[in-house]
Amino acid sequence: MKLLEFLKGERKKTASVAKERLQIIVAHQRGQRDQPDYMPMLERELLEVIRRYVKVEQDAINISLDRDDDCSVLELNVTLPRS
Amino acid sequence: MAKIIVVTSGKGGVGKTTSAAAIATGLALRGKKTVVIDFDVGLRNLDLIMGCERRVVYDLVNVIQGEAGLNQALIRDKRVDNLHILPASQTRDKDALTQEGVEKILETLTKDFDYIVCDSPAGIERGAQLAMYYADEAVVVTNPEVSSVRDSDRILGLLASKTRRAENGQEPVKEHLLITRYNPARVDHGDMLNLDDIQEILAIDLLGLIPESEAVLRASNQGIPVTHDNDSDAGQAYTDTVSRLLGEKVPLRFHETQKKGLLSRMFGGGRR
Repeated sequence: MKLLEFLKGERKKTASVAKERLQIIVAHQRGQRDQPDYMPMLERELLEVIRRYVKVEQDAINISLDRDDDCSVLELNVTLPRS
Repeated sequence: MAKIIVVTSGKGGVGKTTSAAAIATGLALRGKKTVVIDFDVGLRNLDLIMGCERRVVYDLVNVIQGEAGLNQALIRDKRVDNLHILPASQTRDKDALTQEGVEKILETLTKDFDYIVCDSPAGIERGAQLAMYYADEAVVVTNPEVSSVRDSDRILGLLASKTRRAENGQEPVKEHLLITRYNPARVDHGDMLNLDDIQEILAIDLLGLIPESEAVLRASNQGIPVTHDNDSDAGQAYTDTVSRLLGEKVPLRFHETQKKGLLSRMFGGGRR
């Protein structure tokens, strides 16, 4: 199997896997860098409230805070399951 | 006025203390009056790497708590004239390090020295935050490995927000990338993140690249900072790093695999 992969040139170098994973996690980390400290807590509590009514997964909620010059917009996206 | 440089990384074991010792030694060898401070309270090790562990009488915490004067705690390096070491305390009391205490010490040192090198502990706790708080420049030590790169990015976030310069709205801390334990052969094989990838992900200027080298362990065994080992690749790489820190343009070395000549192939390379 290894030989086949090698002959086809399919095996991805581990370093490029590392790079891809890092690019994603670092982008995520930077997104959180400027957000207020209460955001993770707010996200958790909002999820709890929503879950009281609808069964949603942990990653079905997406919350972000965008700041313009004079106002901030709290954006909340919840993917609801098809019922 | 001294320039305050913090050597930091987030992740442990990437070569912070080795780098702090090597850079401080390099600066002193270039005639700069330099003091290197160990901020790792509870787990001091800079004294071992600098080879002065048997001359520690007073430490950073003694000075902060007023049990000793700064001059009593400063250890003069045996090898280089302009170099002093301020060791960390072995106390287990983490609160022994206070912000006011650190500020006072740095304020005093800044009058007498050209460079103050702060060797940060691993992590992002109090010690690490205090080590970076007053910094003018930061050397972020990173290994070509996922957890180290991720932690370095976390540290960059803290440097941009949790430092005196950030809080006072001054010019931000100047961030430098120092890649250590780099193995060009493994990079060629595709098994190690390469220089450009790390730089692309972290997006800060490259200060230096230290190859994985047997010389580093030899240096720490003896308590002689690797900068003194002029024949070694790591020693030369740190010397280059210091030159760049002083604003000189020095081409990068040791980032590519060496083509072995016939002689070295026959006689086995020589010292690394």
